[in-house]
Amino acid sequence: MSFDVDVTAARGGATVGARFVVGEGLTMLVGPSGVGKTSVLDMIAGLLRPLHGHVRVDGRTLYDSAMGIDLPPEQRSAGYVFQDMRLFPHRRVRTNLLYGARDATRLAEVAVMLDVGHLLDRWPRTLSGGEARRVAIGRALLSDAAFLLLDEPLSSLDPARREEAARAIERVRDSRAVPILMVTHDRGEAERLGDRVIAID
Amino acid sequence: MSELAAIVRLTLLVGGTATLATLPLAVALAWVLARWQFPGKVLLDGLIHLPLVVPPVVTGWLLLLAFAPAGPIGGALERWFGVSVLFRWSGAAIAAGVMALPLMVRAIRLSLEAVDRRLEQAARTLGAGKWRTFATVTLPLAGPGIAAGAVLGFARSIGEFGATITFVSNVPGETQTLPLAIYAALQTPGGEAAVGRLAAASVALSLAALVTAEWLVRRAGRGVRVL
Repeated sequence: MSFDVDVTAARGGATVGARFVVGEGLTMLVGPSGVGKTSVLDMIAGLLRPLHGHVRVDGRTLYDSAMGIDLPPEQRSAGYVFQDMRLFPHRRVRTNLLYGARDATRLAEVAVMLDVGHLLDRWPRTLSGGEARRVAIGRALLSDAAFLLLDEPLSSLDPARREEAARAIERVRDSRAVPILMVTHDRGEAERLGDRVIAID
Repeated sequence: MSELAAIVRLTLLVGGTATLATLPLAVALAWVLARWQFPGKVLLDGLIHLPLVVPPVVTGWLLLLAFAPAGPIGGALERWFGVSVLFRWSGAAIAAGVMALPLMVRAIRLSLEAVDRRLEQAARTLGAGKWRTFATVTLPLAGPGIAAGAVLGFARSIGEFGATITFVSNVPGETQTLPLAIYAALQTPGGEAAVGRLAAASVALSLAALVTAEWLVRRAGRGVRVL
C-alpha cells in the first residue's frame, strides 16, 4: 500500500490524527479548517512527532512508536509542498528548484511540466502566487521524492492561477511516478483531482 | 613607518584578530542561546554578558590570573607550546575579544532568532541534514546580522582599554593600541599634539566601523524577506 498511516498528536488541549491505508495515485484528505490536516502531513514528513502510531510509505517504515523508529525529515524522501510554499528567499528559482536535487538534468523536464522554465532566474519575492506554487511543486518533485505531500496547493489563488496549478497537479498525478497525499478543505477540488477522497473531522 | 601609522596598524591587528577569533565562538554561543532550552541557560547567558557589566579592570585582572604562568590557561600554554601571551599583542587581542564577545553574541542571537524556522524545516524535507540546513539556509539568512555583530565587536575591540592595560600592560609596539597610546601621550608633558592626532585616528576608525555595521543592518532589513 502506498500510504499506511496511523498517527495521533496533541495540539493545544485536543488530539489530532488520522488513520488510513490507501493505494497509489492521488489521495485527498478533506476536512474543515483547523481539524489538523496540516499536522497529519507534518507527522508524515517528520516535522511533528506523533504521540504514537506508525507511518509507512510503499512499505518503508518512516515512523513506528512500537518499533522505536523515527527517521529524521531528511531521510524520509518526502516531497512536501507547504501551504505557505517556503521558497528560500535568498536563492533564485533555479537554485530553489535544485536544492534537494541529486539529478540536475531532470530540471528541464520538470520545468516544462510545470511551466516554470521562464522563471528560473527570478527571485522568489518577484513571483505571483501561482508561479511560486508551481516552483514549490517542482522543488519537491526534483528532490528525488518517494511521495508527495501537498498542503492546500490551490488555496489563495485567483481562478486563473488556480486552474494553472490544478493542471500542473493533474500532470504530476497522471505521470504516476509517486503516490500523492493532498490536503484540501474544498470538496469540489477533491472530487476533481483525487483518485480517492478521505474525510477527516 | 610613522609612529601613528604603526599604532594604527597594531590596533587593526589586535582588533581584527580578536574579532575573527571570537566570531565562531560568538556564533556558536548565540546559536545555543537562541535555539536550545536547558537548565542553567540563564547562568550561561549571564556569564557571557559579564564583561559587559563588570569593570573592565576586573575582567583584565581575571584574565591575568588565568593566563599568568601559574594560572590554569597560562600554565598550559607554557607547558605545551612554550608561549606566554603576557605583554604580547596576542594577549591584547584576547582581552579585546573577551570584551567584544557579549556585544557580538547579542547581535548574532537576534539575527538567528529572526530566521524563519519554517524555511529550515523545508530544507530538512528536501534532504538536507542539520549541518547543511545551517550552512545553506540559516547562515545566509542570518548573514547580514552576523556581519553586523562582527563589525560591532571590531569597533569595541579597537576601543578596548581597561582590560587590556590591566592584563598585558602598555608596551609600545606590542600592546599599545590607540586608546593606550592616547593614555600614554596624556601622561607625557607636551603630548597634546600627539593626543589630538591619535584621538582623530581613533574616532575615524570607530566611525567607519559603526557606519559599516549600520549599513549591514539596513541591508539585512531590505534583502531577505520571506514569502
